[in-house]
Formats: sequence, structure tokens, C-alpha cells
Amino acid sequence: MFVGLLFVYSSNVFPVEFDLREGVTDVSRQIQSLHQMSLAVCVIVGIGVFGAMFYSMFAHRRSRHPVPATFHESTKVELIWTLIPTLILIVMAVPATTTLIEIEDNSDSDLTVLITGSQWKWHYQYVEANIGYYSNMSTPQEQIDNLAPKDINYLLETDKPLVLPTNKKVRFLTTSNDVIHSWWVPDFAVKQDAIPGFINEAWTRLEVTGVFRGQCSELCGKNHAFMPIVVEVIAEEEFDAWIADQRLAMSLASETAVADRNQEWAKSELLQIGEEVFVSQCATCHQTNGMGQPGKYPELVGSPITTGPIEDHLNRVMNGKAKTEMQAWAPQLTDLEIAAVITYERNTWGNDSGDLIQPMAVYLSR
Amino acid sequence: MSKTDNRLRRHTGLLLVLAVGMFGFAYALVPLYETFCELTGLNGKTAGQTVYSAPQSPAEDRQVRIQFLAHVSRGMPWEFRPTEGQLLVQPGILYTTEFYVRNRAGQAITGQAVPSVTPGQAALYLNKVECFCFTQQLLQAGEEMLMAVTFFVDPGLPEEINTLSLSYTVFRVEPLQAPEVVKSL
Amino acid sequence: MSTHVHTEAKSRHPLLRFASRWLMTTNHKEIGTLYLWLSFLLFFIAGALAMGIRAELAQPGIQLVEPDFYNQLVTMHGLVMVFGAVMPAFVGLANWMIPMMIGAPDMALPRLNNFSFWILPFAFTLLLSSLFMEGGAPNFGWTFYAPLSTTYGPPSTDFFIVGVHMMGISSILGAINIIVTIFNLRAPGMTLMKMPLFVWTWLITAFLLIMVMPVLAGAVTMMLTDRHFGTSFFDASGGGDPVMFQHIFWFFGHPEVYIMILPGFGIASQIIPTFARKKLFGYHSMVYATVSIAMLSFVVWGHHMFTTGMPLATELFFMYATMLIAVPTGVKVFNWVATMWRGSMTFETPMLFAIGFVMMFTIGGFSGLMLALVPADFQYHDTFFVVAHFHYVLYPGAIFGTMAAVYYWLPKWTGHMYDERLGKIHFWAATIGVNLTFFPMHFSGLAGMPRRIVDYSLQFADFNLLSSIGAMLLGLTQILFLYIVIKTIRGGKKATTQVWEGAEGLEWTVPSPAPRHTFETPPVIDHDQAH
Repeated sequence: MFVGLLFVYSSNVFPVEFDLREGVTDVSRQIQSLHQMSLAVCVIVGIGVFGAMFYSMFAHRRSRHPVPATFHESTKVELIWTLIPTLILIVMAVPATTTLIEIEDNSDSDLTVLITGSQWKWHYQYVEANIGYYSNMSTPQEQIDNLAPKDINYLLETDKPLVLPTNKKVRFLTTSNDVIHSWWVPDFAVKQDAIPGFINEAWTRLEVTGVFRGQCSELCGKNHAFMPIVVEVIAEEEFDAWIADQRLAMSLASETAVADRNQEWAKSELLQIGEEVFVSQCATCHQTNGMGQPGKYPELVGSPITTGPIEDHLNRVMNGKAKTEMQAWAPQLTDLEIAAVITYERNTWGNDSGDLIQPMAVYLSR
Repeated sequence: MSKTDNRLRRHTGLLLVLAVGMFGFAYALVPLYETFCELTGLNGKTAGQTVYSAPQSPAEDRQVRIQFLAHVSRGMPWEFRPTEGQLLVQPGILYTTEFYVRNRAGQAITGQAVPSVTPGQAALYLNKVECFCFTQQLLQAGEEMLMAVTFFVDPGLPEEINTLSLSYTVFRVEPLQAPEVVKSL
Repeated sequence: MSTHVHTEAKSRHPLLRFASRWLMTTNHKEIGTLYLWLSFLLFFIAGALAMGIRAELAQPGIQLVEPDFYNQLVTMHGLVMVFGAVMPAFVGLANWMIPMMIGAPDMALPRLNNFSFWILPFAFTLLLSSLFMEGGAPNFGWTFYAPLSTTYGPPSTDFFIVGVHMMGISSILGAINIIVTIFNLRAPGMTLMKMPLFVWTWLITAFLLIMVMPVLAGAVTMMLTDRHFGTSFFDASGGGDPVMFQHIFWFFGHPEVYIMILPGFGIASQIIPTFARKKLFGYHSMVYATVSIAMLSFVVWGHHMFTTGMPLATELFFMYATMLIAVPTGVKVFNWVATMWRGSMTFETPMLFAIGFVMMFTIGGFSGLMLALVPADFQYHDTFFVVAHFHYVLYPGAIFGTMAAVYYWLPKWTGHMYDERLGKIHFWAATIGVNLTFFPMHFSGLAGMPRRIVDYSLQFADFNLLSSIGAMLLGLTQILFLYIVIKTIRGGKKATTQVWEGAEGLEWTVPSPAPRHTFETPPVIDHDQAH
């Protein structure tokens, strides 16, 4: 707590910003100027209205103006202050409409990224290249709990950013696996809801390289605050190489996975790996001590799943449970990780089935 | 009973009717919304089965890109993916593509695929002649299959749309709710 | 009717008599008092929840509450403020004042009036008890979007649904009573266009209530059947659509926003002429503006949903319709300024609150106009900019409006003048508090801070600390308000019948404190008396 108090003032490293950011795309700049135009209109009208009020409060207070006037109606004046605001509004509507038409023009894209939200992480799928991965927040829990100093990108950092090329029209498709999320990167001025069962689209065209950060902006449950978005923009020439790298990394990973699943693992090894997986992935809901939260997240100690048939346990971890926050881990974890975490759950906190499941068994159930 | 009392009763009655009517209106919003979606393609839901008729004038050399996406809902032990990621199609011509599906579970499971098209407006021009999404699919333990969708893009598709995405999410059908699902689709 | 209950009670034990007086009362003034005290209590509860939110957000990191409990705080703060503090306060004022302002002896349906009040304590006990249930209180925001509230809602969601139904029934019955009273019990000569604006705005509000509360009831009923009876209105897997929930909710929700503001407009329109000693400028256009705002409120709901993937044409429609609301709203503000213009003003506490209301509400109106522009909304939506916007509309509009009304009419209710010096301290402290709390939220929103997050990244820290300090101050000032009200009830300078030198209207022709029964024979309305 004390460390946390001290670190509040690390925020001084940020220049204080009072205005909407300009962003890095043509659309975000247009939106900023629209914002500034409408703000200016409001300030000017506000000065007029508040000025009249303050003047009146000063000049027409009883000590200076003891006898009130008696006028209380004027159709002419009413007409004037109906028509003038209408004209101002029409003037404001014009740029808003043209910008909006541009934003809604999703045609002629060069690259499509399917963004799937789930509690509480994003999955990015490059549709043309058929590559996909999850992006989790990487801020350690100690920083959130004020036990460690907070990094500069506290809560806005992920284990794997979305990588996009410059000078391409990127089309984003958004959808969700559970509740509604919203994908927002302020610098791109892209905010699109991710709705389960439906697909939305948005686009951007990036001009500069760099790292840009955003957050989920629709309340999506407990860890809504912990669902950041990091986008790394790289030069368009490097993008193909990056895709090739990803392919290579995937095949290497699958080679490791093959090696892992062909190996027989000792229980102690599985327990150790399982604990790491459990703490990083499962403990958010089920708690580190496996006790869950009454009425919300089931207890794993002595539960029918962790002490019942191992097939059911495997099925639950692999496929999740419909209409609950328990998600399908099959696409997110390797065979080894799933085998390890199941073994861990069945042999910890007093669960003592002695069961052990090998990665190969997990693979065969895929 | 005085005249005022009568008026009171009448007004109270009328206002109660208004309140009950508005409660009904909330339910009327459901079909209204669906009709509105069908007319504008608001939520990208596609229409049911259509009959293919060859276009009057052969489609110009216009090409439209159509992307296929597949999702598996939570708790559904199926593998589900398109066999081709995208297809260049000519409006007015009939195409068929297939989705691969496999039941990974050790028991038979029934699934239902729900389609969604983006941009929503394009949903009005994507006509499906045959689709696995019209019916429920029953897969035995470990069974795999290819499920076909036959469709054509209406040549009336607005000029500015040249890429559209057709996404399916496959949901597990609980035996209990099966009849309703069929009905509401 | 009410006299009947009263005499019967006299023969019993004093405690019984007290209980039956308040439990069974059908007197509009007593029921008004009950509504006002209940809303005061719930205002403090919802305020305490807000203090919890602000305390957690004072610094980055998680200090006090778990993320899930934070979401419960956010949800309950919104629900209790909207349905528990603001709406019952306005209904309480309507009960007290409308019969006295139109020269009626009581509300038209006194027993219904009693019933619609006594539903509320049960509804809120039910709702608040969910905080202590296993699995916690509702945690999906006061907008309870599906599927977070349906498929993924905690078990207490069902209590929430029943609670909302009860509040809805209470509001609908209360609104029916108000309309029937206004249509049938006006004193002879009190034509519709002579009614005070507070009565007019409440008449329109009551129609809004009858038209949208049942829609809310429909929405929660669909939730209930989706959760337990196998329907899938909002569930894509059964052919439903979660976005449809938002359409239905905001079809209710946007008029609801005006329900929470229109009576405030009426209050300002009563108070400003009194202390400017000059008739309200543009009475007729005020009435027409209120009617047009109410009608427009039915066609702008989509502006809450611009990021849900609407087609261009729909977005444009909702944008233009929303911008149009600025016109009648502007007319109202201009008319208030014109009423002040060349008046002879004094600044007693009700006037201060009314002016504070007009100014800060105008700031909220400006940010509302900015939010209406769809492209800009993509950047503002679901950020603290929106939180700043609606608190600038609702705190001045609903809370300052109610406080202005309480200071204005308290001498009439209690027969005592409140402590003017304390009242002024209350006003200035509350005004500083509101601005210190909510103005920095504009900046944290523009900087990119999403709303409803339990923890935030470091660049938002300074603004949040300011907001939290302001919120604590604002919370404390309301304890002062409670003290002032109790002090006035217990004693103070005797109030005259007229109370305020510039006051006009029938309520100022009855003695202070207003006797239990007023206008048992209808008053005679002379030509100039109304509005």
C-alpha cells in the first residue's frame, strides 16, 4: 500500500494532456478536428450564455436594479433563438456526416484481422495468412496489488501484440466468445463492439510505425480493466517477413509440442508445470487455493470434476462449459500444459486421486 | 356516483390500458426488430433458403471476395473450420464451399450452426440455396464430415461492397430446447 | 377517506397510532414526506457506494475492493441513484406540491398513492439485500447488457429482476395518479395553460413514465425467461440477438433520462421567476419545448449504441435526431436567462441552486451535443467523458433541482425558515464538490480511460485523484444538507404564508406550515395568479 502511494507520483512522468489525442491515422485526425470544432462552438455559445447570466446577476440584482421589468414574452426573440441554434447545428452536422461516411467505407481492404474477445483476453486471427494467437495482459499481479513498483505501461502491456503493416487498409472483424467486449485503440480512432454470435467490421490505414495501446471499453465482467490491446505497427516491407517468422515459430512450437507429447512425464514435473499454468490462467477465478468463490466460481477442492472420472475433467478443461465463464482451453494451451494442469488439480489442496495424465492422452482427445 | 368519479375511473382505466399496451409493445419490438434487420441487414443475419435462378444479364466481370470464418461455442467439443479461407466469386453464379467438422467427444452430439454476415447490408445479397445451417447436425463420437453451403451473390450487391465475410458459429443443441431453435431460425 | 383512518387510529397505543398513521396514510402531504425521506435515505446509500468507487479509484492499483465487488458497487450505485434517489424524490415533490399548486384537496387516487409508495421499501430491500448474497449483487452495470446479465449474471439477478418489476409498478401507478389528478382536480379557472410549469413538466414526465416503464418491465421479463425458461431473445445460439436487448433497453433508457430531468426544469422555472421578481419569460414556449424534448426522446435511443455496428443510415438518423434535441433545450436555457434579465434578483439558497442547475446542466448539454457527433462518439463512447457528461446533466439537473425545491418549499412544509447561512455554505461546497469530482473526468475520458474499470494505467492518476478528493467533499456536504433539513423541521424563524416576496401561485396562499388538508373547497383563480 505504501509503495503504491509512492508510485502514484511516478505518474508525473506523463505530460498532462487535456485534449483528445490527434492519433496517427487520417480518420483520427479528422475526428480530433471535429472534436475541436464542436468544443469551440460549445465554448463560444457558453461564453455568450454564461456571460449574459453573470452580467444579469451583477447588474440586475436588487441592490442595483430594485424595480423589475415586466416583459415576459416575445415571439420574435423565441424564433431567433430557435433558428440560430438550428443553423449552427446544421453547420456542425456537415463535417460529422462526411467523416462518418468515410469511416463506414469498409471496401478495398488489403488485410483482414479477425478479433475475438473472450473473458479477459483478445485473440487475433490473420484471415488471409491463417495465423492466430491469443494476447493476454502481461502486467504482473504484484503490481496490481501494489506489492511491486508499477511499470510505465502498467495495465497496457500484453504478452504478444497485434502486429500490423503500414500503408495497408486493414479491415478488422470483431466478435466474441462470451459477453460483449469492445476493441478500442484511441490512436487509430477505432472502437468496435465484439458481440457473441455476430460480426462487426471497422478499418484503419496506418502511416507510421510504433506501438499503440488501448483497452477493452465495454464492461465484460470481473477483469474488464485487465484486457489491454497493444498494436505494433511495422513497415509494410517487414510484414511478410514477420508473417513468415510466425509460421516458422508455429512449426517450431509444434515440433516442441510433438516432442513433448511423445515423452512420458513424471508426476513431479507435471505438478510443477501445472502449478505455473494454474496460477497464471485459472487462479483468477478458482483462486490460488482452489477454493473458488461461493455462488460464482466453483471450488475445485473435492469437487465432482476434480475427483470424478478423469475424462470429464479433461473434457471440461478442453471444451469449457456452455453459458459460464469457464472457457475452452484446448485452443489456448499446449497438450503438455493441459495435462500438467489437470494433474495438478487432481493432486493438490487435499485432492489425492494420485491420477496422472500424459500429454499424449490430451493430444488424442483433440 | 358523481360525474367526476366516472371521469376518474375512465382516465385511470385508459392509462392502465396504455401501460399494459406498452408492456406488449416491448414484446412487439422483437418481431419489429427482426423485420427491420431483414430489410436493412442491420445485424448481418441471413435469410433462409432461396431458389437459384440464373441472372437475366450475365454478371459483368465484377469479382467479389468472400471470406469464410468458423467459430465453436463454449462447451462444444467440435472441431470446425472452413476448407477454404476465401473465394473470389462472380455475382449471379452459383458456388459451393465446404466446412470441415469433427466431433472430438466420446458421445454423439447435435450442433446447430448460426450464420452472420458482415457488412450487414451484404446479408441481403448473399443467397443460400443449400446450407448445413438450415438443419441441425448430429455427429457420432469421433465422426467427421464435410458440410456444404451452396450460394450465390445477388448481382444487385452495392458497388462499394467488394469484400464480405460469412461466419458460422456452431452451438451445441440441448435435446430439451431443440424444437425452439429450429422454429426461431 | 384519510380522515377516516385518522380518527380510527386515535384510540390505540401511541406506537400503533404512529405506525398506522404512516403505513395507512392516504394524505398527499404525508405520502410526499414518506417519498422524500425514502429517497433521502437511498441517496445516502447510493452515495456511500459512490464513495467506495472513488476511494478505489483514487490511485492506480487495487487497494480496497476486489474487481468483482467494484462492478457490484458501480451497478448498485447507478440503480439506486436512478430508481431510488432521483425518481422517488421527484414523486415526493409531485405529491406534496401538485395538489397545492392546482388547488386540489388531495391526489385523485389516495389509496393507490399509499400502495405505490409502500412497494418501494420492499423493492429496495430486495435489491440491496443482494449485496449480502452468495455470489454477490448484480455486477453488470445499471444498463444490464445481455449476455453479461443473462447467461453470465450472478444468481442475485433474479432478485434484481423482481426488484425492477416492483419499482416499475410503483412508478406506473404513481404516474397514473398524477395524470388523473391534473386532468380532473384542477380548481375552476385553472386551465391547462395556466398551470405552473412544475405541474406541466410533471404531467409530461408522467406520460413518459407510463410509456417506458412497461418497456423496461418487458425487457427484464425477457431476461427472466431467457435465464430460466429456455427462450432466447438475447442469445445468438437460439436465434436471438444481444444487440436487440440494447435497443429495447435504450428505448426505455433515453426517455428515462428525461424523466430524471424534466421535473428539474419545472423546479427551475418556478424558482427563477420568484427570486428575479419577474414573470417567467416565454411560458408557452417553455411548455412546447418540454413537449418536444419528450417526443424527441423516443427517437434518439440509438445514440447510446453507435459502436454496436449500425448501418450508416441508422447512425445518421440518430445523430441528426439527437442534435435536434439541443434546440428545445437551448430555448429553455435562453428563456431562463431572459427571465433573469432586468429582473430584481436576490440570491437566497433556492435561487443559488437553481442558477447552479442551469449553468452546470448547460455544460452537460454541451458535452451531450459533442457526443451526438457519431465519429467523435467513437472516441468518447464508454469512456469517462461519458461519465462526466451524464453526471453534469444529472447531478445539477436531478440533485440540485431537488435541493433547490427542498429549500424553496421547506418553509411551506415545516413552517420554519431554514438557516440561510448554512444553506449558502451547502450550495458553495456542493458546487465546488460537483465540479472537482466531475470536471476532471472529461479529461481522463479524453485521455482514453474507459468507464467501469477498477484499475487504470498511470497517465490517468492525477485526474482520478482530483475526482476522488472532490467526491469525498461532495459526500460530506450532503451530511450538512441532512443537518439543515432536520434543524429546520425542529425549529427556526417562523415562515409567513407568502414565504418568498416574489412568489406567486396557489401554494403560497395557504398557511405555513401547510395544514394537513388544503383546498377542501376549491380556490378562486384570479386572472394573474397562475404561472
